Amino acid sequence: MAPLRMTVKVVPAETQKNLDFLLPSRGTRTYIEQMGQLSTIEKLGILADAAKYDASCASSGTAKKNSLGGKGIGSTEGMGICHAYAPDGRCISLLKILLTNHCIFDCHYCINRKSSNVRRARFTPQEVADLTISFYRRNYIEGLFLSSGIIKSSNFTMEQMVECARILREEHDFRGYIHLKTIPEADPELVHQAGLYADRVSINVELPTDSGLTRLAPDKNAQQIEGAMGKVKSDIAEMKDARKRFKHAPRFAPAGQSTQMIVGADAASDADIMGKASRLYDGFKLRRVYYSAFSPIPDASAVLPLKRPPLIREHRLYQSDWLMRFYGYQAREVMQATDHDGNLPLDIDPKLAWALKFRESFPLDVNRAPREMLLRVPGLGVTAVNRVLAARRHKTLRLEDVGRVTVSIAKVRPFIIAADWRPTTLTDRADLRTLLAPKQEQLELFAA
Amino acid sequence: MTALRQPTDTAYYTVSMLEPDDFAFWRDKARQLVQCGIPPGQVSWTEPGSSGDLFAGEGTQLPVPPADVPQIRASKRFLALAKNVVLHSDPERFALLYALLWRLQANPRIMEDKTDLQVRRVEELDKNVRRDSHKMHAFVRFRRLERDDGEDHYVAWFEPDHHIVRANAGFFKRRFANMHWSILTPKGCIHWDGDTMRESPPAERGDAPSSDPAEELWLKYYASIFNPARLKVSAMMSEMPKKYWKNMPEAALIPELVAGAQKRESQMVAAGELTFDERPETLGAIEKAIDRCRKCPIGELANHSVMGEGPQDAALMIVGEQPGDQEDQARRPFVGPAGQLLDVHLQKAGIERSKAYVTNAVKHFKYVQRGKRRIHQSPAAKEIDTCRWWIEAEREIVKPKVVLAMGASAARGILGRTVSISKVRGQPVPLEDGSELWITAHPSYLLRLEGEAQEKQVKLFDADLAAVRERLAELAV
Repeated sequence: MAPLRMTVKVVPAETQKNLDFLLPSRGTRTYIEQMGQLSTIEKLGILADAAKYDASCASSGTAKKNSLGGKGIGSTEGMGICHAYAPDGRCISLLKILLTNHCIFDCHYCINRKSSNVRRARFTPQEVADLTISFYRRNYIEGLFLSSGIIKSSNFTMEQMVECARILREEHDFRGYIHLKTIPEADPELVHQAGLYADRVSINVELPTDSGLTRLAPDKNAQQIEGAMGKVKSDIAEMKDARKRFKHAPRFAPAGQSTQMIVGADAASDADIMGKASRLYDGFKLRRVYYSAFSPIPDASAVLPLKRPPLIREHRLYQSDWLMRFYGYQAREVMQATDHDGNLPLDIDPKLAWALKFRESFPLDVNRAPREMLLRVPGLGVTAVNRVLAARRHKTLRLEDVGRVTVSIAKVRPFIIAADWRPTTLTDRADLRTLLAPKQEQLELFAA
Repeated sequence: MTALRQPTDTAYYTVSMLEPDDFAFWRDKARQLVQCGIPPGQVSWTEPGSSGDLFAGEGTQLPVPPADVPQIRASKRFLALAKNVVLHSDPERFALLYALLWRLQANPRIMEDKTDLQVRRVEELDKNVRRDSHKMHAFVRFRRLERDDGEDHYVAWFEPDHHIVRANAGFFKRRFANMHWSILTPKGCIHWDGDTMRESPPAERGDAPSSDPAEELWLKYYASIFNPARLKVSAMMSEMPKKYWKNMPEAALIPELVAGAQKRESQMVAAGELTFDERPETLGAIEKAIDRCRKCPIGELANHSVMGEGPQDAALMIVGEQPGDQEDQARRPFVGPAGQLLDVHLQKAGIERSKAYVTNAVKHFKYVQRGKRRIHQSPAAKEIDTCRWWIEAEREIVKPKVVLAMGASAARGILGRTVSISKVRGQPVPLEDGSELWITAHPSYLLRLEGEAQEKQVKLFDADLAAVRERLAELAV
């Protein structure tokens, strides 16, 4: 493949002497210096660093594959595996890198935007495939998560990414996990190709509101992003249907599609974000919506708030996401848990916030209440509810029994009735929230 | 217990397990004991290598069940758990499973009672074993050995908590079916040669290779993929407890990464926090203030600040990139070669420079020293954005009707974003204060070009200036 062509102006020495060498703000010479021969390890450092702001790491929920009897390598068995954890507490499951961090777009929140002053590097598809295989053989990773800055054009970039996946699947006969971040502006045919090689494809909506996108990512277009997601959704449905009729029909992104939204870079409230997430889940059958707290980046754009990432807010959003996906809450119900400014309370979780707002629904009798209501009791998770349901077929549950299937009975107690327990006036207490909110932690002495 | 005969046998039995993880063996013995009606209190189970039960009686020979004994019962759930729990390292596991199996005969649905203490204990052991297996899948690290026959052989050293090695051989076989590999552990080893699985007795850490050429890359990846602004050590520790660290090459980096993280984050945050005081209200005050400005590294260089010049009520503001070497020495904007070229073209277009306010997006000269010469360096986007504070202050005071930005840096100084000159030139861009922005190339660009390209760009430049003059005339009416 052709090396990246940069238009580099060579200035004659004598002109340079008395010339200020002004214009354009992207220094031409620094490129030459930077593009000099970078070793694989240097490129890996730059392109992994550039990829770390993407929150997604899952390697689960895809079709089962193994390499028994074949010539290939790798397997996926449904459950994702985290091969290591970084000090930020995040799972390292996939080799998550960019193909290149050169980019013709200028999105303010992104470290790789055109106007950023970061070091740039670029892998060839062959390098990416070789690196993936050599990591995979040593059991460091489950597979590859490839994303990229946009070079030359969206189509050119997408072609290169598909080529990485093709080398892995066809030349190495790789049966591990591949996640490709697709480019919404690319030709739908290329995105289709990506889905045929990848286990999961994703397209980032980036920001919860269209106005935020226009302001912070001027080169992106909300309609185009949603159009591309809609196309992937219909491709997935079509291929699933084909597999019902033809056993050997190709699989298309068996682990589905996901997306990511940045939290805290614009003024969108939690209600906006949850509304958007719920529309995405319903409209595009997404497997996951990832929320990524906007985190300070080196050489940041002046438009953005450079402060500690709102990690608790991100956590509350994930909790509300879980309520919608696993606890049977409607988006509008989770929104009822927000404060008047449309944001979820930070000191208590959204489920408790909802329960405190709708106290008339409680207390619930653990020996009689239906599953969907028990799921609304703060402190009872899905597992605990299943255990309660199984256990109550055998005996009438006492408070002590409930305590055995859950982590903390103190949190559950005010909201339930058991054989030997009735919380009398507890739910009427005005200070219930203070009683149940986790104790304020001592601030860290050296916290930034 | 009605189905079984009343226990008449009061002897005490000991079952010695031959392997610590042999479920089939335990199942056969347990079935036999239940059929003979031996209650859990009369059976003890020992593992290979253990010193045995102090109270173990004489009867190691198990009784033979009568021929007419009914089938014993065990729920699917119990069997699934028992297969896993047998692998646990808790010496009580066999007895616990036997006690539950005994109770299952009277109450076949006992496994559903999640509040039962024995059921909970079995589930807990099962969870421990599943977690240990999962961590084995995750944290085994192969190192490559080149064998004498030229084949690559991948060898790992792993220390499981429980007897899970044999049970997990299948996972690694399915995944690395076409590789030759060995997993060495203190609880026994497994070897795969692409065709058959072999077992061997426990090994020591020294038996595995101590390094691998790919580890350097992996360590680089590990250190680069983590975001220092999101340090969450407790989350990492709960999923990757310290006991695993000694066999994971990347774990050696953790202390250093954690120590460096807070520093890196606070640097990034500090770099973004620009605390400016009140904006100066006169050009004179700006001139004084920029002289002291050290908000970006350019201010730290050996240079002077260069203030804009021209009438305070000018209708036209001309913005360049930054002062150059000659401007820095003269402390006046646009006096060097580019300035001279600009003068020529302004005259040609019929714009009087003395009636315009001429300034720069960045107020100090950025350069690198090469011998005696100071070589111009383009300001970074961040530096331009920082300096917008000053150009905005100038615009507030001068209130030009038209701003002419020359070059991408100047345009960014006004707009706060990078634009492509070829796309935006020749038409006004409305600004928030009601004035309008015209964007053209920087005159130094013209100086750098030669031949046809230069001619073409000069024409475009002249056309832009002419358009600005016309627009000024319209606005003056």
